[in-house]
Amino acid sequence: MADRSAITDPVDSFTEPVIVASGLTRRFGDFIAVDDLSFTVQRGEIFGFLGPNGAGKTTAIRMLTGLLPPTHGTARVARHDVAGHPYAVRRVIGYMSQLFSLYGDLTVRENLDLFAGLYDVSGDRRRTRIQWALEQAGLEGREDQLTATQPLGLKQRLALGSAVLHGPAVLFLDEPTSGVDPVARRAFWDLIAELADAGTTVLVSTHYMEEAEYCHRLALMNRGRLIALDSPAALKASLEWPILEIRSDDSSRAAAILAGLEGVEDATMFGRSVHVVARDAAAAEQNIAAALEREGLTARDIRRVPPTLEDVFVSLVRRSGGVVAG
Amino acid sequence: MIRPSPRHVLEMVRKERRQLLRDPRTRLIMFVAPIIQLLMFGYAVNTDIRDTATFVVDRDASAASRRLIEAFTTTGRFNIVGTSTRSADVTRVLDRGDAIVAVEIPRGFAADLAALRPARVQILVDGTQSNTATVALGYASRVVQAFARESARSDAVNSPGIDLRARAWFNPGLQSRIYNVPAVIGVVLLLMCLLLTALAIAREREIGTLEQLMVTPLTPTELMLGKTIPVAAVGMIDLLLVTAVAVLWFEVPLRGSPLWLVLAAFIYILAGLALGLLISTVSRTQQEAFMTMFLFLLPAIILSGFLYPVDTMPAFFRWLSMLNPVRHFLFIVRAIFLKGEGLLGLWEQYAILLAMAIAALAFAVSRFRQSVA
Repeated sequence: MADRSAITDPVDSFTEPVIVASGLTRRFGDFIAVDDLSFTVQRGEIFGFLGPNGAGKTTAIRMLTGLLPPTHGTARVARHDVAGHPYAVRRVIGYMSQLFSLYGDLTVRENLDLFAGLYDVSGDRRRTRIQWALEQAGLEGREDQLTATQPLGLKQRLALGSAVLHGPAVLFLDEPTSGVDPVARRAFWDLIAELADAGTTVLVSTHYMEEAEYCHRLALMNRGRLIALDSPAALKASLEWPILEIRSDDSSRAAAILAGLEGVEDATMFGRSVHVVARDAAAAEQNIAAALEREGLTARDIRRVPPTLEDVFVSLVRRSGGVVAG
Repeated sequence: MIRPSPRHVLEMVRKERRQLLRDPRTRLIMFVAPIIQLLMFGYAVNTDIRDTATFVVDRDASAASRRLIEAFTTTGRFNIVGTSTRSADVTRVLDRGDAIVAVEIPRGFAADLAALRPARVQILVDGTQSNTATVALGYASRVVQAFARESARSDAVNSPGIDLRARAWFNPGLQSRIYNVPAVIGVVLLLMCLLLTALAIAREREIGTLEQLMVTPLTPTELMLGKTIPVAAVGMIDLLLVTAVAVLWFEVPLRGSPLWLVLAAFIYILAGLALGLLISTVSRTQQEAFMTMFLFLLPAIILSGFLYPVDTMPAFFRWLSMLNPVRHFLFIVRAIFLKGEGLLGLWEQYAILLAMAIAALAFAVSRFRQSVA
């Protein structure tokens, strides 16, 4: 477990936390989707849930938003108990799920109008907020077109815009960028950063490692459990041993060969190469080349690389004796 | 509990109205399908007969027997598809389905008539097509009776006529239309309530918009009102549409007050909406909603007296049909249309229907709250 006192984020730690999860647990029959999840999030923080599919990220967000009652534990959002005062919570949160959930058969403006109405945004504020949402989604001039006909990237931004029409204190985003191209994803994250700067607390789940880097703090989740919680930099610094990246002709065979090698803590496929956690990088480099040679594989390139969040994730899961789900 | 906000309900009603009216297929289902159903039941579902395949065994081969056969053909109801002089052929023809009706004139028919003895004619019908058979039998008996009267007159003697078991004569063509057309209202309204409510909610659940609504301050009650008010409005429009076509096109008499019809339809729609909501609570997808809907719809229509009279059902089903709102609504509709009755004469049916609607609605509301909360 990562050291929780070493929080390095820009949040004033003296203010009351905006999200407090204490012992949140959810069972579905015998299956424990979320197991004893506890954490706090400060105002203006971008807090990420990182983990593979099935890690419990969506279930956790559904409990925090009041969509799903927890089996055990409590959640407080903006000082309201989620189970006790669901409507007080609903008024101050925005939510966007991985499913695009605006109405495709309504026009862009009709969608914004509907959600503004449901959030009791009225009068001049309604007009200015809707105008703002149109601008930030890049959908000006297309207000009267059907939402279904808009490109996915713009639709996601529209969904985000409609989720914050009422200026919520907390924004929950459940894998908001799944299926969106990298450019649109980047634009989306710029918007999230902007909202956080303005004081909105953002809780976002993702399984994209590069997205996780944008978060102030990350909760690493696997099989329903929180396995680490820290800033991306601190998580990467927490790795004890250096990482070697090896390129060869057959990465999956190479990973299998290297996993059992003396001085190698761990070897995993990483894209088209193999990442090896080595106790002594210099000694290991020699051994690795020789070991691959013996099995008829050539190590085309062996070099030390800075650890990625994926390395951290894999090594934490291995260290806790678990398997990566999903 | 939070009081429903009229503004939230209004937003939802506006959204539903836009969605319902935007999709051409939904528009078709709402406003064209009821008319098509009405035309179908007005024209196609006709229990009257024409040109029924008829086989004749004329063992008498006399002028009298030929006149009788001619009397059959001139009605237009019977089409002679074959003749024979042997009784055995009848079995073959009916077995193979070449004819539905067989007329056998025994030897000595003309002689009996001439001697003023009771003459015999046998008519056989294919009972597997019970409706056509019954109607054909009715017409056949009419033909034979007319023939008997005529021969009696021409002989200028008081003839004992022809001995044939006469059935009560009725005019099924005219009656079936007048009886069926008003009842279409009951089926159309139920279908509309179930389709538009259950499928629409299941659809939102399926595509995830329901979840998006459930994180806004919208309460389940507001959601429910927003979903059902537009459907009730569509139901009332359909009521007017179907009634207008029934009265103006099919000339079905509307003898009672339209006001009582509207009142009954309103209560009935409430019951239908409750059922739609209930179906939506047990359906995660549109397909599930559709299947559940039909599971309910078919027995509800069969046990309603829409196509088959309830009175002839076994006691168990007669009792079961008492729980069927469609049955009570059809009873009211037919009584208003055909007998000109009103609330006074039908208060029992109104009361039963209202009690059902309230009970179903109460149950549906509590189930629905649980399903979306």
